[in-house]
Amino acid sequence: MFDFKYRFQWRQVINNLPAMLDGAWITFYTALLSMVIGIVIALTLLSMRRSNNVALRSVAIGWVSVARNTPALLQIYFLYFGLGAFGATISSWAALLAGITFNNAGYLTENFRGGLRAVPETQTRAARSLGMTSFQAYTRVVIPQLLRIVFYPITNQMIWALLMTSLGVVVGLNNDLMGATKALTDLSYRTFEYFAVAAIIYYVLAKLTFGVARLAGWKLFSY
Amino acid sequence: MIEIQNVHKSFGDLEVVKGVTMNVNKGEVVSIIGGSGSGKSTLLMCINGLETIQRGSIRVDGIEVHAKGTNLDKLRRRIGIVFQQWNAFAHLTVLENVMLAPRLVLKLSRSEAEAVAVKQLKHVGLGDKLKVYPGRLSGGQQQRMAIARALAMSPDYMLFDEATSALDPQLVGEVLDTMRLLAEEGMTMILVTHEIKFAKEVSDRVAFFHKGVIHEIGSPDQVIGNPQKPETVQFLKSVL
Ligand SMILES: Nc1ncnc2c1ncn2[C@@H]1O[C@H](COP(=O)(O)OP(=O)(O)OP(=O)(O)O)[C@@H](O)[C@H]1O
Ligand SMILES: [Mg+2]
Repeated sequence: MFDFKYRFQWRQVINNLPAMLDGAWITFYTALLSMVIGIVIALTLLSMRRSNNVALRSVAIGWVSVARNTPALLQIYFLYFGLGAFGATISSWAALLAGITFNNAGYLTENFRGGLRAVPETQTRAARSLGMTSFQAYTRVVIPQLLRIVFYPITNQMIWALLMTSLGVVVGLNNDLMGATKALTDLSYRTFEYFAVAAIIYYVLAKLTFGVARLAGWKLFSY
Repeated sequence: MIEIQNVHKSFGDLEVVKGVTMNVNKGEVVSIIGGSGSGKSTLLMCINGLETIQRGSIRVDGIEVHAKGTNLDKLRRRIGIVFQQWNAFAHLTVLENVMLAPRLVLKLSRSEAEAVAVKQLKHVGLGDKLKVYPGRLSGGQQQRMAIARALAMSPDYMLFDEATSALDPQLVGEVLDTMRLLAEEGMTMILVTHEIKFAKEVSDRVAFFHKGVIHEIGSPDQVIGNPQKPETVQFLKSVL
């Protein structure tokens, strides 16, 4: 007979909740930071993709292609150990941030490219005819309208980023939600309880983010 | 003064403007009429450098528009253009639409730009719509906003490309009134239009465009009142 001896013990997990919540905060701001940087890079890649310069276009296409067609886990892994092999050491947090940002930028570029089709070329024309430079027309007329169109995909990407930060453990990150949880289980072997609570925190974090994003969307794009 | 000298313009193999020569003097209102696809819009775009040309020259106050060294951004400040599709910036209020270029291009302070914008919006009869988003405006109101937006740059020239063609018939009048007002104030204007009656009334000269060339040009009484070329006669018959 299968002898099921595992007994749930929650007290210890509850006692360590503050440490996990600290980790959740790190998870959240890492994801948020990776989004902010990712959006800026995506907008840059987008204009590179549309430029006449072959080199710029190739870099953008290559970036998007690698980001979308390789596992995020390997991207983070290579950034951490790969850069290490070249003598450049980065912290596990920096590797995680870079990996997630790399990915965000790749996916968002594709989203933005689709969204751009909904901003008519005539908007740029009108802006240029008023004497704006192409940079001014792009940043002040096109991008604000693009952001409205791609706000929903941006929200989804943010939630993806939030969950994917859990990959930091593969490069030894130990203070984000997943890392902190993992460290606690290593000490106590209450793996199931800790992971269950971590899952709940991730869930709540994701739902909260979604809710706040919706509110912000209403406020920002009510025109 | 706008001097258009033997301008040729092609899209790929398709030559759209085939040697146009025309001058527009300060204070003059010149209307361009002609059939669809005859190259009228294209010529307007060439005047402020939104399109390139293959041959000939266009000079605005002596500045060669299509010369290599010409700063087009700077030149465009002096040439306002209003399109058939009004192209309101949807994410900005009416006031912000009009303030944007004065802020970014002319580097006016917020209060200066606002003063200019309010003045121009009142001028076109939108003084009560400052805080509204363009999506809430009628087509006619959006087009008048586009006119105010161009005027806020204090241009020396205004180009209109079928400014009323996309409007519901009952909204055409208000936009024409605004254009008439500008003409009366002495603005130098080139109007591409299908409103023949209006062209006859406000223009100093009318040019009939046909297949990429000016077929007939002269006073409204000549070109519209007493056209000489059979193509002009036929065109006028089709639109009047
Ligand atoms: N960007 C472009 N690329 C290729 N062909 C173009 C482009 N813009 C215009 N054309 C072509 O050039 C010709 C002239 O177009 P244009 O828009 O100047 O005509 P138009 O006289 O303004 O006509 P309409 O009264 O219909 O506005 C048309 O055959 C059009 O299809
Ligand atoms: Mg046209």
